[in-house]
Amino acid sequence: MIQGIPIEHFLIVSTIMFFIGVAGFIIRRNLITMLMAIELILNSVNINFVVFNRYLYPDQLQGQFFSLFIVGIAAAEASVAIALIINIYRKLQNIDVENVNEMMY
Amino acid sequence: MAGYTYTVFILMIPLVIFLITGLMGMKWKPIVSGVIGTAGMGISFVLSLLAAASYFFGGTHGAEGFQTIIPFEITWLRLTESLIIKMGILLDPISVMMLVVVTTVSFMVHLYSLGYMKGEGGFARFYAFLALFTFSMLGLVIATNIFQMYIFWELVGVSSYLLIGFYYQKPSAVAASKKAFIVTRFADLGFLIGILILSFVTGTFDFGKLTSPDGAIFAGAASLSFMGISALTWAMTLIFIGGAGKSAMFPLHIWLPDAMEGPTPVSALIHAATMVVAGIFLVARMFPVIHFQAPASQEIIAFVGGFTSLFAAVIAITQYDIKRVLAFSTLSQLGYMMLALGVSGYGGEEGLGFMASMFHLFTHAMFKALLFLGAGSIIHAVHSNYMYDMGGLRKYLPITHITFLIACLTIAGIPPFSGFFSKDEILVAALNHNKLLFAVEYLVAGLTAFYMFRLYFNVFWGKDRHYHHTPHESPLTMTIPLVFLAVASIFAGFIPFHHLVTSDKMGFDTEMHLAVAIPSVLIGLLGIALAWILYKKESAIPEKLALRWGILYTATYNKFYFDEIYLFVARNIIFKYISRPVAWFDRHIVDGFMVGIAVVTEKISFQIKGMQSGQLQHYAFIFVAGTLALALSMVYFLN
Repeated sequence: MIQGIPIEHFLIVSTIMFFIGVAGFIIRRNLITMLMAIELILNSVNINFVVFNRYLYPDQLQGQFFSLFIVGIAAAEASVAIALIINIYRKLQNIDVENVNEMMY
Repeated sequence: MAGYTYTVFILMIPLVIFLITGLMGMKWKPIVSGVIGTAGMGISFVLSLLAAASYFFGGTHGAEGFQTIIPFEITWLRLTESLIIKMGILLDPISVMMLVVVTTVSFMVHLYSLGYMKGEGGFARFYAFLALFTFSMLGLVIATNIFQMYIFWELVGVSSYLLIGFYYQKPSAVAASKKAFIVTRFADLGFLIGILILSFVTGTFDFGKLTSPDGAIFAGAASLSFMGISALTWAMTLIFIGGAGKSAMFPLHIWLPDAMEGPTPVSALIHAATMVVAGIFLVARMFPVIHFQAPASQEIIAFVGGFTSLFAAVIAITQYDIKRVLAFSTLSQLGYMMLALGVSGYGGEEGLGFMASMFHLFTHAMFKALLFLGAGSIIHAVHSNYMYDMGGLRKYLPITHITFLIACLTIAGIPPFSGFFSKDEILVAALNHNKLLFAVEYLVAGLTAFYMFRLYFNVFWGKDRHYHHTPHESPLTMTIPLVFLAVASIFAGFIPFHHLVTSDKMGFDTEMHLAVAIPSVLIGLLGIALAWILYKKESAIPEKLALRWGILYTATYNKFYFDEIYLFVARNIIFKYISRPVAWFDRHIVDGFMVGIAVVTEKISFQIKGMQSGQLQHYAFIFVAGTLALALSMVYFLN
């Protein structure tokens, strides 16, 4: 146990992070900021994994490994997303998501 | 039981040849496929002779007659505990005899085709199909159960289709192959239903159980009937329809004459000597069942056979295409064999008809293959199928001439050639059973002699035609089979079939029935004499006769308009009243339903497509909102 800190505190932090991420993703127009919002969502999930692992099954490690995986995948995803954003910038001269609507009916 | 395992190779060699020439034949020089095929068939042929020699003369003849040996059997499909389909090899007198017939004729045809098909396109394909056919036919004759037989039966049909349509650029060949396939397939439907009824009644496919003469397996079947006719009679009649399709019995005979579009060696192998006797073989295989359980079916078989033999013989008289004359004569001879099975009893002397049928099957395979190969040699020399393009060929084709003459004498039933013996036995069997059928067959014997010698005199005597180039004798690869088959035709009559191939597998003694033999030889000679008078020298008599008989002649020449009748029925009745409404239903109801679904979907999607804004955040918002709504509703409902 981490001395004195109840599990709820961690969960509240991760929930707040999660909704900040969701709100950022929906509200912000800049693609880079949206990407950062996604990172927030992922990291809030990471916190949950580690915390549940620590508090519920202290002698096992699956949760921690999972969060390591997520960190790795997030890195890969970020590189792909930034490559996409660069291409969008080249094509549109800006990175406002409102202009990315080629897939409209 | 051991010691016959090598019979597997008789079957497997053609299959392997089919696979390798079929897959790789394109890459080789054509002749390589031919040589491989011929050599492989040679091995199969020798193995079959070995099997026959050790089976018939090697002490398998016990107190119970010849034993039935199953050297090899595997379970192929186990559908349920009681429904098991096996594949295997069954050796008994008729299947061993058929092994010899099939491999002999097939080997001769392989050898002959080396010369006949030389330089044709698709040489490797031809040999691959020949091997496929041989494999299927061998699998058919050694089948241990009726289902295996049915599988190979269909394979035989397919390879026949492929070979008739060998010249696939020729529309008539394509039409003929389709016709053959459809007609036989139609008959096979009867066969399949017959098998299903039979196995439903008896609970087995196995020939060993089905054909044991005590008939214990049918004990429960007697009470089953449909429309006042017992289930077994239905089953046997339907199975006979399958056999009639393959053996081209009236009224399913229409495909055989057209099948002559295939290359001539194919006609010799498939449509004269082997495949068309599959129907006879089937009836012979099921003979104990037919004889004891379904005597009414046996009557049908006898009369269909008798009628076909007369009908075909009459048509054969008027045809000018030499291959068609031979095709109709095949029909006629097959009718003989069917009739003999139809009039036969079971066991000992009673089983004379069965023995005679198998005997005639054997001798017929030899002399009919010879006739077709001889015809092929003639066609090879003059490049025409028609008699009026031929004449005086005896000077140019001496070997073909002599062997063809032997074959004609054999089929005309002149002693001591083999056809005389087998035909005599059939006539005796018919006489013992039914005087009317005897009279028909007696007449047909005369007709046969007449039309065969009409062909012979027209081709080899008569006036010299104007040929584009001087006809020359065929190469050795073609004449060796002719000579071999001629020798077989002469001496096959002395094989003691009544000790070897009989209905109950026990031998019996038989003697010459002079009271039948002498008149049948006389009518044969009469037919020959008539042909001599009319056709030996060019004369106007045949034309005058044709004119005099007018309508009757035209009707016969057009094969009694059976093709036209079938076409009429198909077009004006089946197409008009069955196919059209069904097509209408398909187009308007079935398709209409599907089109309706598509139209409705399109309408709805047109209405709601505005939701696809293309805005990523719009989608994300809806996604998150939906997730939240689901989560909340779960919280609400689960508590």
